[in-house]
Amino acid sequence: MIHFDASAPVLWVFGGLLLLLAVASAITLLLRRSRPTQDYSELTQRVNSWWIMIGIFAFALVTSVNVAIGFFAFLSFLALKEYLSLIPTRRADRRVLFWCYLAIPLQFWWVHERWYHMFIVWVPVWMFLATSVRMVMIGETKDFLRAVGTLQWGMLTMVFSVSHLAYLLVLPESKGSFGAGPGLVLYVVMLTQLNDVAQYVWGKTFGKHKVVPLVSPKKTVEGLIGGILTTAALAVFAAPWLTPLTRVDAFAVGLIIGLGGFLGDITISAVKRDLGVKDTGALIPGHGGILDRIDSLTFTAPLFFHFMKYFYY
Amino acid sequence: MGRLIRFIFFGVIARFIALIVLGLNVRHRERLPKAGPCIVVANHNSHLDTITLMTLLPLRLLAQVHPVAAADYFLRNRLLAWFALKVIGIVPINRERTRPDEDLLAPVRASLARGDILIFFPEGSRGEPEKLTDFKSGVARLAAEFPGVAVVPIFMHGLGKALPKGEAILVPFFIDVFVGEPILDITEREAFMNTLRARMDGLAAEGHFPAWQ
Repeated sequence: MIHFDASAPVLWVFGGLLLLLAVASAITLLLRRSRPTQDYSELTQRVNSWWIMIGIFAFALVTSVNVAIGFFAFLSFLALKEYLSLIPTRRADRRVLFWCYLAIPLQFWWVHERWYHMFIVWVPVWMFLATSVRMVMIGETKDFLRAVGTLQWGMLTMVFSVSHLAYLLVLPESKGSFGAGPGLVLYVVMLTQLNDVAQYVWGKTFGKHKVVPLVSPKKTVEGLIGGILTTAALAVFAAPWLTPLTRVDAFAVGLIIGLGGFLGDITISAVKRDLGVKDTGALIPGHGGILDRIDSLTFTAPLFFHFMKYFYY
Repeated sequence: MGRLIRFIFFGVIARFIALIVLGLNVRHRERLPKAGPCIVVANHNSHLDTITLMTLLPLRLLAQVHPVAAADYFLRNRLLAWFALKVIGIVPINRERTRPDEDLLAPVRASLARGDILIFFPEGSRGEPEKLTDFKSGVARLAAEFPGVAVVPIFMHGLGKALPKGEAILVPFFIDVFVGEPILDITEREAFMNTLRARMDGLAAEGHFPAWQ
C-alpha cells in the first residue's frame, strides 16, 4: 500500500515539517499561557489548519501516485469553484461553467495516462477553443469578452497550472535514474510555502521600501529579497534528498520559486483587490480560502515543472 | 424502510452534494436551533435550498426536521409524492383553499405541537433566482399562536446559481449561509413581518455577492 520507492527521504522531510509544526504549536501555546489577555485565536487557527493541510498532503503523497493525482484534481476543483464563486458571471454561461469543470477530470486523466501531449494542449488549446465556441453558440454578446476572458484565465490558473504538480509525479526516470514522483512535488510545494513565510518574516523585520504599493501595500523590497535568498538556500539544502538537481541548478530553482511565488501571490492580490474582497473564501480557518493558500503555487508549479522537464527529464 | 432511506439520503447523498459538490460557508452557526419546536425561515431559490438547510442540522435531529411544502406541486404524482413525504419528509400544505372554511395551516400546527423543527420558505415559490420576493404572512400567524417558539431566519446565496428553477444541470458554486438571531415573542403580524424582513435584509447585507445577470 505505502509507496516507499523514492519516498524514504520524502517521509524524513515530512517528519521534519511535523517537527517544525510542533514547535510552532508549542510557541503558540506558550504565548497564550504567558499573555492571556492577548487574542491569539487567529494564530492558533492558522497553526491548527497547517496540521490538517500537511496531514492531508502527506497522506495523499505517500499513499500512491493515483491518490496523489486524485488529490490534486480535487484541489483544482476547489480552486476553480472558489474562483467562479468569486467573480461576476453571466446567467447565460451556466453551461460554459459546467464545461470548465469537466476540463478537470480529463486534464488529470491525461496525467494518469502519462500522456504528455494531451496534458500540455488540453486546456490552452482544446478547452480554450471549446469554451469560446460554446459561449458564442449561446449567443449572449453583452460582456462577452469579459466573460470569456475571466473564465479562461481561471481555467489556466486553477486547472492547468495546478495540474503541473500532478505531472511532476509521473515524470519518467531522469538521467542518473533518479525517480521523480513525490519528492519533486514535496520540494516545490514546501519551498513555495516556506518562501511565503520567509518573505513575510523578512518584511516584518526589516521591511521599509514598498515593492507594489498599489496592489499589495505590505510587500517590501527587503521582504522580497530576504525571502528569495532564504528560499534559494533552502532549495540548495533540500535538493539532494528530493531531487536530481545540482547545487547550481538548485540555487537557480530557489531563485525562480522565490520570485515566482511572490508574483503568484500579488497576482491573486490584484484579483482580490479588483473584486473588493479580503479573502478568496472561508474554507481554511485562519488562512481564508483555498486560493489564499495556493496563490503562489499557481506560478511556481508550472515554472518549476518546466525547468525540470527541460533540463532533467 | 422509509426512515432508513431518509437517513441515508440526508446522511450521505445530501451531505455529499452540500459539502463536497457545493461547499458551505456558514456564518453564525451557533444560532442554529439545537432542539424543536422551532421554525426556520429561509429565502427560496432552488430545490437545493431544502437539502442544504437540512444538512446544517445534526443527523440526530433528522426525525424532527420537516420542510413545509406545497401539496399541489410535490404530491402531483405518486413517485414524487413518495419521495417528498417519505425521503424529504415534507409537511404538505395547500396553497389555495379548496373549501372556504379550510384551515391551510392545520398540518403545520400539529407538527409544531409535536415539537418538530419546520423549514419555511415564505416567498412561496423559488421565483427568479437570487432575488428576494415578498414574504407571505403564514409564519406570522404561527408565531402569534406559538409565542414561545423561536423563528430563525436564514439567508442563503448561491443555490439559485447552482441549480435555478427550470434547469437540470447542477453547476458547483460555494454557498453562503447566514444564520440570523432568533425572533421570539412577537405576536403582532405587522411587527413580526417587519422584523423578519429587516433580519433577512441585514443578513443579505453581510455578504459580498458577485454580479450574476
